[in-house]
Amino acid sequence: MVRVILPLHLRTLAQVDGEVELAVEGAPTQRMILDALESRFPMLRGTIRDHATQQRRAFLRFFACNEDVSHQSPDEPLPPAIATGVEPFMVVGAIAGG
Amino acid sequence: MSGVRVLVGTRKGAFILTSDGHRQKWQVTGPHFGGWEIYHIKGSPVDPNRIYASQSSSWFGQVIQRSSDGGLTWEPVGNQFGYEGDPGTHQWYDGTPHPWEFKRVWHLEPSLTDADEVYAGVEDAAIFRTRDGGQSWQELRGLRACQGPKWQPGAGGMCLHTILLDPQNPLRIFIAISAAGAFRTDDGGLTWRPINQGLRSEYIPDPNAEIGHCVHRIAFHPSRPDVLFMQKHWDVMRSDNAGDLWREVSGNLPSDFGFPIDVHAHEPETIYVVPIKSDSEHYPPDGKLRVYRSRTGGGEWEPLTKGLPQQDCYVNVLRDAMAVDRCDPCGVYFGTTGGQVYASPDGGDNWAPIVRDLPAVTSVEVQTL
Repeated sequence: MVRVILPLHLRTLAQVDGEVELAVEGAPTQRMILDALESRFPMLRGTIRDHATQQRRAFLRFFACNEDVSHQSPDEPLPPAIATGVEPFMVVGAIAGG
Repeated sequence: MSGVRVLVGTRKGAFILTSDGHRQKWQVTGPHFGGWEIYHIKGSPVDPNRIYASQSSSWFGQVIQRSSDGGLTWEPVGNQFGYEGDPGTHQWYDGTPHPWEFKRVWHLEPSLTDADEVYAGVEDAAIFRTRDGGQSWQELRGLRACQGPKWQPGAGGMCLHTILLDPQNPLRIFIAISAAGAFRTDDGGLTWRPINQGLRSEYIPDPNAEIGHCVHRIAFHPSRPDVLFMQKHWDVMRSDNAGDLWREVSGNLPSDFGFPIDVHAHEPETIYVVPIKSDSEHYPPDGKLRVYRSRTGGGEWEPLTKGLPQQDCYVNVLRDAMAVDRCDPCGVYFGTTGGQVYASPDGGDNWAPIVRDLPAVTSVEVQTL
């Protein structure tokens, strides 16, 4: 199982507490994780990736194993520790604004 | 009438204020969607328990929320607002072409006949419609065909902020865009035309241009939808022929800059504005928060001050932040960027705050229950 940590507002929107666990087959990529996340929580569509372009929203970042993977290809496999659930895949909101 | 429900959108969530028909004691619930910007929240005239809210954030984009129990519980519905076809470009602030990009929903206008049908005015300016309770949204692309490449944003963005559905002609809709102007369809949204003749805006290259006017808000009385009132960037305007020709009715206002304008529920010639000092100082003249009322459809105005701060007040009242109820006497409501929501249960003669310390208020709508 892949573990996903969402920012507060998206947890509220998805009506979940704490981490989300997702079944993702094979070596997970950003796209596979986000596809699985949006499939299970349709209300998150458009809040992390743009509906049309599928680009990451500008004020969000993706972290895996304490590394910023935001600029990696969405189809690049993430580290094995993400696949095994040892480490979470993190969606992080920018510290900005008022 | 059993009471009123005031739906308040703020920079940090939505609040619902309820009272009986006396409108003296209020219950406040919220924040709903805490931390999110709520540009607009409005109930269906067909089913008052059906309420739609535009929830947005710079981080997470647009969400549309729907309630079927008067705002007790909510469910997110469709949030995909895709322009039909290649939207091309509009003009940027410097006059260069700029790609059309969806940013947020400014205004939700539920249908007069179907609780599942809603119109949405968005930035970058376009109008969308849902007929399935918000699950899916389709653009009425004929509006952008109305010289869209020449449209240019106002300081707040290129927003479609006003939608008026004609209760006497289901094929007629009025909309307004900052800073493109006012437009009308007479065929249910297939084709549109600008209705800006008579407007004069000194801040654009051709003050009498067909498009390009920064219209802040338009309003009508449901019994007379051909009589339109407009708060333009500067100037308060009136049209007696559904927007074909406008004339200025600013009269004796201390400033004719402002944002909201609304019409008394039972007196079609009684209208309300909140004068703001200028477009570079978004606060009331002389630090006095005054609603101005005209009982003559414009031209002659009287200040309404009882219960409103008359010194050291420097808040703004945004374009969607004024509304009236249908009680007798008519109640008038407005919210400020300082977080106050004021109510007058007697047509504006006396005012009192319902709440004082909300986040900056973006919109106020009223349901008469």
